[in-house]
Amino acid sequence: MKIVRVSTLNREDSDLKLILLNSGATLERKITKKDINRPGLALGGFFDPFDWERVQLFGRGEWTFLEGLSEARQREILVQFFSYPVPLVVFTHEQKPGPLFLSLAADTPVFTTELTTHNFVLRYSRILDEKLAPSAIIHGVFVEVFGVGVLLEGKSGVGKSETALELVERGHRLVADDIVEIFCRENSTIIGQGIGPVLHHMEIRGLGIISIPDLFGSGSVRKSKIVDLILHLEDWDSTKDYDRIGLESVKKQLLEVELDYLEIPVRPGRNLPILIETAAKNYILKKMGRHSAAVFTRAIENAILSKEVNHDFQTGND
Amino acid sequence: MTSKQVTIKSSTGIHAKPAAIFVKTANKFPCDIIIEKENVKINGKSIMGIMMLSLTRGSQVLLSAQGDREEEAVEELSGLMESDFAANDLR
Repeated sequence: MKIVRVSTLNREDSDLKLILLNSGATLERKITKKDINRPGLALGGFFDPFDWERVQLFGRGEWTFLEGLSEARQREILVQFFSYPVPLVVFTHEQKPGPLFLSLAADTPVFTTELTTHNFVLRYSRILDEKLAPSAIIHGVFVEVFGVGVLLEGKSGVGKSETALELVERGHRLVADDIVEIFCRENSTIIGQGIGPVLHHMEIRGLGIISIPDLFGSGSVRKSKIVDLILHLEDWDSTKDYDRIGLESVKKQLLEVELDYLEIPVRPGRNLPILIETAAKNYILKKMGRHSAAVFTRAIENAILSKEVNHDFQTGND
Repeated sequence: MTSKQVTIKSSTGIHAKPAAIFVKTANKFPCDIIIEKENVKINGKSIMGIMMLSLTRGSQVLLSAQGDREEEAVEELSGLMESDFAANDLR
């Protein structure tokens, strides 16, 4: 199960614009749910159930309500509120709670943000969606070819990196070599990207480690991209049947999402980059609604059919 | 599948050169080699993969091999990981 630590949300570059109000708080608490709780019912004294494992969001309404209570009642409610290990409390609209709230919060982090409640909810959901999304690290090379995200997979030494190098040379873009981190967004889209220290570097046997943006310019790389097509490169196996017509569309699952899948046999003399470019173009055509293999077979069928009719007609005349 | 829990002993951790030595050794074996650290699995024949794990002294990894000569591979590679790469020939 994936978790997000509060400290991740509190980073300076975060869109949430959080400012910590109690500096002694622990930022190591885990968030496991992406939902948000507006604790109106809890502030009214109703704690059964109380979704304490979510972020507790105080908009204008919650805070005005709490402030309107007598100090004794506030204390009573908040003691119960903070008896749960709430991951974090956020006040929107730059609201700041009083000293009573902060002292009872103890080591529960209390933040304020300049965002409106609506904006905070939108951004928080997007960030959590991303961080809690199912993900995996896979072995392969991920390139963008004519705007199509092409994931090349296959055994070590089959020539994935060399092929990607040639594609970059032809003006396509490298997303990640060798190590690709993939994650699933909204259960329907797979995003692939490179990882930290080795980002946009390639290892080419005989050359060593090379930096793609240094060699080919900043336009030759891309940070992340949706995976559209999986190409499996493998040594040519003469006993195996490879697709000759392309009518059947084969799918492969990546994090439970089905993606188009092609097997490309590799043999000395086969020009892989051009095959991959063609596969990408063909993918675009299909997405545009034109399935070349299907159109072609239909034309052949029609031609055969009309010949048969002609033939019948001629025999009928005899 | 043969697996072994290994702790990195090299004082400098596994940076580029030790990673290259490891990969060179791993590639001698026909079987698949997998290194797992904190739920991240990478291909042990990939130099980028090993460097991405940023293994430092004391890092614990699970070394696995599957296929022909898997036991021999785990034996030799775990020995390498537990050795001090710095003492080896780092050309």
